[in-house]
Amino acid sequence: MSEKYFWSGNIAVAEGALRAGVTFYAGYPITPSSDLMEYMARELPKRGGVFIQGEDELSSINMVIGASIAGAKSMTATSGPGYSLMQEALGLAVMLEVPLVVVDVTRLGPSTGQATKSGQGDLMQARWGRHGDQYTVVYTASTPEEAYIMAIKSFNTSEKLRVPVTFIIDELTAHLWETVRVPDNIEVVDRRLTDAKTRYFDSDNPLEAPPMPMLGKGLNILYTSSTHDGFGYRKTQDPEVHRRLVERLKEKVIGNTSEVFEYEIIGDPDGGDVGIVAFGSVARVAKETKTILEREGIKTSVLNLLTLWPMDYELLRSFTENMNVVIVPEMNLGQLVYDIYQVRGRDSVYPYNKIGGGEPIYPRELAGFIKEVVGR
Amino acid sequence: MKHPYLRYLRPENVPTVFCPGCGIGIVMKALFQAFDELGYETLEEFVFVSGIGCSAWIPSPHILADSVHTLHGRAIPVATGIKLVKPDLNVLVIGGDGDIAGIGGNHLLHAARRNMDLMVIMINNQVYGMTGGQLAPTTPYGMKTTTTPYGNPEEPMDTCDIVASAGANYVARWTVGHYLQLKDAFKKAMEKQGFRFVEAVSQCPSRVSSRIGLSPADHIKYYLRNSVDIRKAEELLPEERMEKIIVGEYVDRNKPGYLEKIKMVMRR
Ligand SMILES: Cc1ncc(C[n+]2csc(CCOP(=O)(O)OP(=O)(O)O)c2C)c(N)n1
Ligand code: SF4
Ligand SMILES: [Mg+2]
Repeated sequence: MSEKYFWSGNIAVAEGALRAGVTFYAGYPITPSSDLMEYMARELPKRGGVFIQGEDELSSINMVIGASIAGAKSMTATSGPGYSLMQEALGLAVMLEVPLVVVDVTRLGPSTGQATKSGQGDLMQARWGRHGDQYTVVYTASTPEEAYIMAIKSFNTSEKLRVPVTFIIDELTAHLWETVRVPDNIEVVDRRLTDAKTRYFDSDNPLEAPPMPMLGKGLNILYTSSTHDGFGYRKTQDPEVHRRLVERLKEKVIGNTSEVFEYEIIGDPDGGDVGIVAFGSVARVAKETKTILEREGIKTSVLNLLTLWPMDYELLRSFTENMNVVIVPEMNLGQLVYDIYQVRGRDSVYPYNKIGGGEPIYPRELAGFIKEVVGR
Repeated sequence: MKHPYLRYLRPENVPTVFCPGCGIGIVMKALFQAFDELGYETLEEFVFVSGIGCSAWIPSPHILADSVHTLHGRAIPVATGIKLVKPDLNVLVIGGDGDIAGIGGNHLLHAARRNMDLMVIMINNQVYGMTGGQLAPTTPYGMKTTTTPYGNPEEPMDTCDIVASAGANYVARWTVGHYLQLKDAFKKAMEKQGFRFVEAVSQCPSRVSSRIGLSPADHIKYYLRNSVDIRKAEELLPEERMEKIIVGEYVDRNKPGYLEKIKMVMRR
C-alpha cells in the first residue's frame, strides 16, 4: 500500500527527512536548496521540531552538530559554495562520530559558476572534501520518489553508524515536480543511546558504532576533536590510540559497504552491448536512452548508483566486465568514471561529459554518442 | 582536607596543563567560586562547549562535567544547537579572544543579536596564546607580537561594546586582578536568561608578559593600574580610552531570550 503526493525533489527530501524523524534543521539560504529550507521552516515547528537560520553555513552545520550531540536527528541543506564552507565541520562530525545529514543540492561550479544551473561536480568533494583520513557516506537519487526513500536511508545509515551523510541531489531532480508514491511501511533506524559510563568512542567490533552518550545525565562526557581514547580522553602523543581510532572510523564505513550500498540495475546485469553507469538525473536519462538503443537492437543495461561512497567495487566490476562497452555520462568533466577505470581499466570505457547552462544530457544525444561508439 | 573546588575538576587532570603564572588559573578559580556560592554540588546540569586555544582547554579536559571541544571559532554555534534541543541544560562557552572574537566573531555577533540563551566567557590575553603569541583582534595598538614584529598597526576591538550593542542581556569585562568582581559577574551571568558575555582580561606569561619584561604578578598590577571604570571611561577622549582597559558592566537587562522569543512568535 502507498499514498501518492505531488512533490518536487527537494520537498521529497524534506518529507523523507521528516518521516525519518528529523527534529532539528539549521541552514543558510542558497539556490537551489532554499526551497527545501523554506519548507522546513514551515513544517518543522508545526511538527514539534526546531528550525533556525544560521548567520552562515559554518554556524548552520555546527548548530546541527550541537543539536545531534544533544540527541536530535539533525540536518542541513546547502549547495556548492555552502557545502565547501561546511567541510571542516564535517570532519569534526566524523571525528566526534556525530550522526547528521547534509543535503547538497548540486549546482554548477566552480566557485559561483552558473549558480542556478544543474551540475554534478561535487562528487569528489563529497567523498574527500575534508583534511586527514576520513570516511563518510554519500547517497544520491535520480527521481523525487527515490529522493524520499534515500533521504530516509541517509538518516538510517547516519544514525546506525554515527557518521555524517551527504545526500547529493542535482538541481534538475531537486526542482522536478512529479508524483511520489510513499510506502506505508518503511524502516526507520534510531541511534543507540546510553546513560551508562562506557566507551562512547570505541568498539571492539569496528563494524558497529559505539552507543551515543546522553547529555545532562552526569556522565561527564568528553567530546573532543583531538585524537581521543574510547572514553574521550585526549591522546595526542600516543601513536597506537590514533591508529586505532582512525582505522576504526574507516572500517566503520568501508567495512559496511554492502550494508549501506543502494543501487538499481535496469536490464541484464550479466552482460550486453552497452552498460551505462550513472547517477542522479543522468541515470534517469540513461534509462530513456536504453529504450532508444534497444529499439535499434542494441542490448543495453543501466546501473543507477544511489550510493556514491563507499563504492561497491565488486558490484561495479561484475556489472561492467561483460559489457562490450561501458558508458559513463556525467554532468561534470569526469569524476565517477575513475571508479570504472579502477575496475575495468580504460579499455572500451567511454566518458560522456556535459557542463554549462544546466542543460541535461538529452536521451537522443546520449544515444547518438553511444551509437557512434558501438559503430552502428 | 580536599580543596572544595576540586569537586569541579577531573582529578586525573590536576595539576592543569597551563603555564605557571597563567591568568587562566585565576579565571577558573573565580568560576568555581561562582558555582560554589550558587550552591552547585555537581555540574551535572551544565554543558561546556569550547573551541581551540589555551582558554578552550579550561573545560576540556579539566572540568568534571559534560564538555564538547569543537573547532577553532565554532563553539558558539555548537552550543546553540545543544541549547535549542536541550533548553533545560545550562550551556556555557569558554574560549580565547582569538577563538571567540576573531575567527568566531560573526557567531558571537549573531548569538548576541539573537539574545541566544547562552553564557560565554572570553579570556582576553591579547594574543593567540596557543600558537605562539601572534596578533589577535584584541592586541593593543603598537604592541609587538610574533606577527607584528614592528608593532601592531591595527586598532583593537572592544568586544564588550560590540556584544552589548548587538543585543546581549549581560556584558561585563574585568581583569583577573579584579577577582571578586569577576566572580560576581560570573554569578550574575549564570542566573540570567538570554545572551550573557563576560570578558576576563588575563595575562599570558609565556607569550606576552615575558616579552614585555613583566612577571605574572607585575602584569596583573599593570592591568589594575591601567583599568578604568566604565562610568569614568565615558569622560575620556577616544585616544585616552584606547590606552585603557575599560572594566565594569556594559549592560545588564532582562529582555526575553531567544527561547522565550520563539514561544512568543508561535503564540501570535
Ligand atoms: C581553522 C583553524 N585555524 C587556525 C588554527 C590554529 N589555532 C589554534 S589555537 C589558535 C589561536 C588561539 O587563540 P585564542 O583563541 O586567543 O586562545 P589562547 O590560546 O590565547 O587562549 C589558532 C590560530 C586552528 N586550530 N584552526
Ligand atoms: S601560552 Fe599563555 S595563555 Fe596559554 S597556557 Fe601558557 S601562559 Fe596561559
Ligand atoms: Mg588569546
